[in-house]
Amino acid sequence: MTQGFLVTNRSVRWFLMALALFTAVVAFGSEASGAGLVSTSLVKTLGKTLCLCLIAVAMDVVWGYCGILSLGHFAFFGIGGYAVGMWLMYARTEGIVMSSLQAQTIPPTPAEVSDAIGSQIFGVVGSSDFPMIWAFAHSLPLQLLMVVLVPGFLALIFGWLAFRSRVTGVYLSILTQAMTLALSLYLFQNDSGLRGNNGLSGLQNIPGFEQTSQATISLVFFLASALALGLGYVLFAWVVAGKMGSVVKGIRDNEARVRFLGYRVEGYKLFVFTLTAVVSGIAGALYYPQAGIINPAEIAPIASIYLAVWVAIGGRGRLYGAVIGAALVSLLSSWFTGGGAPDVNLGFYRIQWTDWWLVLLGLSFVCVTLFFPKGIGGLFDYIVRKPS
Amino acid sequence: MSSLLEVSGVSKTFDGFRAINDLSIQINEPELRAIIGPNGAGKTTFMDIVTGKTKPDVGRVVWGERNESLLGLSEAEIANKGIGRKFQKPTVFEDQTVRQNLAMALKNPRGPFAVLFHRKTEEGAARIEEIAAEIGLSDQLTRTAGELSHGQKQWLEIGMLLAQDPRLLLVDEPAAGMTAEEREKTTDILRRAAQTRAVVVVEHDMEFVRRLDCKVTVLHEGHVLAEGSLDHVTADPMVIDVYLGRSDA
Repeated sequence: MTQGFLVTNRSVRWFLMALALFTAVVAFGSEASGAGLVSTSLVKTLGKTLCLCLIAVAMDVVWGYCGILSLGHFAFFGIGGYAVGMWLMYARTEGIVMSSLQAQTIPPTPAEVSDAIGSQIFGVVGSSDFPMIWAFAHSLPLQLLMVVLVPGFLALIFGWLAFRSRVTGVYLSILTQAMTLALSLYLFQNDSGLRGNNGLSGLQNIPGFEQTSQATISLVFFLASALALGLGYVLFAWVVAGKMGSVVKGIRDNEARVRFLGYRVEGYKLFVFTLTAVVSGIAGALYYPQAGIINPAEIAPIASIYLAVWVAIGGRGRLYGAVIGAALVSLLSSWFTGGGAPDVNLGFYRIQWTDWWLVLLGLSFVCVTLFFPKGIGGLFDYIVRKPS
Repeated sequence: MSSLLEVSGVSKTFDGFRAINDLSIQINEPELRAIIGPNGAGKTTFMDIVTGKTKPDVGRVVWGERNESLLGLSEAEIANKGIGRKFQKPTVFEDQTVRQNLAMALKNPRGPFAVLFHRKTEEGAARIEEIAAEIGLSDQLTRTAGELSHGQKQWLEIGMLLAQDPRLLLVDEPAAGMTAEEREKTTDILRRAAQTRAVVVVEHDMEFVRRLDCKVTVLHEGHVLAEGSLDHVTADPMVIDVYLGRSDA
């Protein structure tokens, strides 16, 4: 089935080839492979960008194809990051604690070990007890399961309540924003159990690989991100092709008509919303070990709005558009805000891009919406003629 | 002939306006029925109630041999019982091809996972060809629905109804905005469909109703004013007074 699907979808093949080429170039040019043409920090940036592309593809499916303007998908991204971060932090702290306790003559009791790890991790928020949500933090497989289950479960419950009540359009967008805001405000509290505004840090150090250089670790994460993007892209391209795609696009264009055809629209929305939330969680779980730190500010409502902006600029309703939008805008954003762009001296005023980048982004968003509603991806329509 | 749909004693009030007032209509299978009436007579509300879009304040809507109540079912559940609805404005999925539009309507399992793993069958393809021939769009299957003419969109929507293979078709003003020739073709499609199923046509246009040559129900202020052949109802002094007299004057 997948084979036939790849044959009939040229854009998927082109995308996979482009992704493979890009990945190979970066991998062979990286410091880990000895060439040293691509610095480790650049490998990390590109790897993180691939994760952002993956969540953008998910956003495109939920918004561009199904017409649900979710402004909360970054919450699922953040939850994925937190879930994997908890294990990273716990296992690394455990390693440190164990080696320092080894010096003692009497072997430490499990309670002592747990206490020592707890005060290491939660000292910053004035506590040493493990909150309930850390119950599985000692186990990597369980925490990886959480990466998928927690966003999926949250999306399932939220979506069920919202879609069942037939909340649509801008009201749904507001609800998703409220969900994101509530989550980030909750995480900002010290007694949330996730270290409040300190967040989780040191995530770039992978327990068990203390001797491995960051160059190698970053390359592995880069490759994993590329693989995740490739698989996620094929999965979503398969979902939106065929009859499922017909129904999902039908819901976007005329929900009532789909209902009268006998399809339970709520079930379809819930499926798309939950599936994209799960993929967002996976993207987050790959992103934050490369970023090294996660804190509640990452989940702030504005992040999910940026996500919608990327997809709109890249082009809604085409998956490669979302990838282009996310890659271009997020890379440009870090170039402009990171001081990469030279200031423009107008004589009477000096344009500093760290301040003016948001204005530029806002303007380009308005221009794209007004003049190029198909986004950057729409340019491909001029190059490639549609097979009839 | 047995009763397929029985609407009895139904009333519906919107913000104090009585859209439907103690309405009772019985539809048999097979049957072709025209429902006429001036604007605000409650024709569309009647369809909304039968298809589950609107819940009535009082009354019963009973379906099929087993006399099931349709009240409390969702739109999708009612559609799957075998009631298809065509809207006044042609509503086809303009971004998708004629074939995709018909394929979506074809009678198949409707759950998300069944649809996700759905594979095209020869049987389904043959059925699509058959329906396309019936509605005269055989050579348009690969075209995007948005490119079709107004009349073709109306036919496509009727075709989507047929693809659902319903026992009852509710058709809202199928001839609106059509040329004389297109109307004739539409009449033919509807009359053929009514040979095996129940077809209810809501229409303004008397000429079109005359061509359908079927039993007519006249609605007025949410109530059945008269019922019978077109000649019978148009001779009714009350009908002339509230509807024909006004619109033809």
